[in-house]
Amino acid sequence: MDQFLQLTLSGLTNGAVLALAALGFVLIYKASDVINFAQGEFLLVGAYVMFAVVGELGWHWTVGIVVTVLVAVALGMLLERFVLRPMIGEPIISLIMVTIGLSSLLKAVVSGIWGTDERAFPSFIPSDPINVFGATVTTDKLWAIAIAAVFLVAFNLFFRRSSSGIAMRAVADDQQAALSMGISVKKVFAMAWSISAATAAIGGIIIANILGVSGNISGVGLQVFPVVILGGLDSIPGAVLGGVIIGLLQAYTGGYVGHGLNSIIPFIVLVLILMVKPYGLFGQEIIERV
Amino acid sequence: MLSLNNVEVIYEDVILVLKGMSLEVPDGQIVALLGANGAGKSTTLKAISGLLKPENGEVTDGDIQFQGEPIHTLPAEDVVRRGIFQVMEGRRVFEHLNVEENLIAGAYTRTDRQNVKRDLEMVYTYFPRLKERMKQSAGYLSGGEQQMLAIGRALMAKPKLVMLDEPSLGLAPLLVVEIFDIIKRINQEQGTTILLVEQNALLALDIANYAYIMENGRIVLDGEPDTLRENADVREFYLGLTEVGKRKSYRDVKHYKRRKRWLS
Repeated sequence: MDQFLQLTLSGLTNGAVLALAALGFVLIYKASDVINFAQGEFLLVGAYVMFAVVGELGWHWTVGIVVTVLVAVALGMLLERFVLRPMIGEPIISLIMVTIGLSSLLKAVVSGIWGTDERAFPSFIPSDPINVFGATVTTDKLWAIAIAAVFLVAFNLFFRRSSSGIAMRAVADDQQAALSMGISVKKVFAMAWSISAATAAIGGIIIANILGVSGNISGVGLQVFPVVILGGLDSIPGAVLGGVIIGLLQAYTGGYVGHGLNSIIPFIVLVLILMVKPYGLFGQEIIERV
Repeated sequence: MLSLNNVEVIYEDVILVLKGMSLEVPDGQIVALLGANGAGKSTTLKAISGLLKPENGEVTDGDIQFQGEPIHTLPAEDVVRRGIFQVMEGRRVFEHLNVEENLIAGAYTRTDRQNVKRDLEMVYTYFPRLKERMKQSAGYLSGGEQQMLAIGRALMAKPKLVMLDEPSLGLAPLLVVEIFDIIKRINQEQGTTILLVEQNALLALDIANYAYIMENGRIVLDGEPDTLRENADVREFYLGLTEVGKRKSYRDVKHYKRRKRWLS
């Protein structure tokens, strides 16, 4: 029982990070139909900026989070403006190549500045052991889940209630019709990239707090694919649930079956899902009126 | 209010679609723009609303003025902000958004957020059926309801001029009548000027104050609906009326091209 709770909790933590990364991925895909292979590098950038501000400059962690989010937003906007926008109208395969290129570039820039050594992250989140239902867990995991949950709820509200959020979904649905409504498609694309970079950066901070800062963080980007395919490429609740499911699955297989299997299990799930539900759990099927 | 002077539109740098199109829409009126498929009606509307660019089209000559200012170089979002709203052909509702979210998307350019709620109610009084389906995905509405939603979405932007591109497309005759009634009511009650593009000439002439007939990228005939209804060619080619009792042979139909005496 103790082990089960432990695994559940670390699964949820991982799942929360995956959900944040996947949320950004889904956002970009939804708004602009671009499959962003550089999503993992957004996590990396987030982790290192936080490390630089809190670990190297020694500022307070709240400032760190604010600065990280701002840097991520700026990065997202710049990438959209100068890399993605000139590519509008190009074939999808070129866009994919561009994002793959971006991922290498970002990784190289990060290791160029901070080197490739693994560093200890200035743990700003207290990691005291506490007792939850008889299992001993560290509070940093609980915090990670809480932070992720707050952001996920906030984004969900943004998409359902705010007019900018609705405009983003409108663009995802029918670009030309959105244009005729006076919605600026360019602005929506820029917004999608910056929000996406920001959520991923938060995910990066959380994961660095648990694992330490190193280039491996961008590997999470690869796990985003099974998550979004499980949840549905264009579904925000799907990204969240997919993240949690994959996170838990990994934790349980790692704990009960064996450590080697837990990095493969997401991809086994991916294949199974594609066979049964090609749109994912919540993916938009093409609405056909009868 | 809106005037087009000798507008020329070219797609993909080679395809000349509008060849000197001129048109006048006075404030507070319903103006109908009639014509066969491919005459350039939709292109005219897109030229006004700034939606040509995504289709690689361009206004290459002439000018479009709205309230005395040229607008043919503005991007679509600025045209909407100035008060021109196009209801696109084929309804184009946001299928995965629910009815209310579609309406809110229509109000995107509004700066007076506090009045949006009141206008939602206003749209619901015009289209009570939309209120019943408020939380439903727009993709699952019937064709008529989608058209209502498309018009309602236009109302949410509080435009001075609404351009309707074939609101009768694919709807049952009874529904078409209902929609046209509402268009007329909107014009009278909200004072919204309307530019109506239609294939259904009979209905359009019923509610319009003035009508233009378009062929091959330019206006070939215009006048009050009553005058147009009396015109023999309009009667034959657009209203499908011939003198009762007379037999029609294929030969007469073949005369179609020759009989169009207004063609240059």
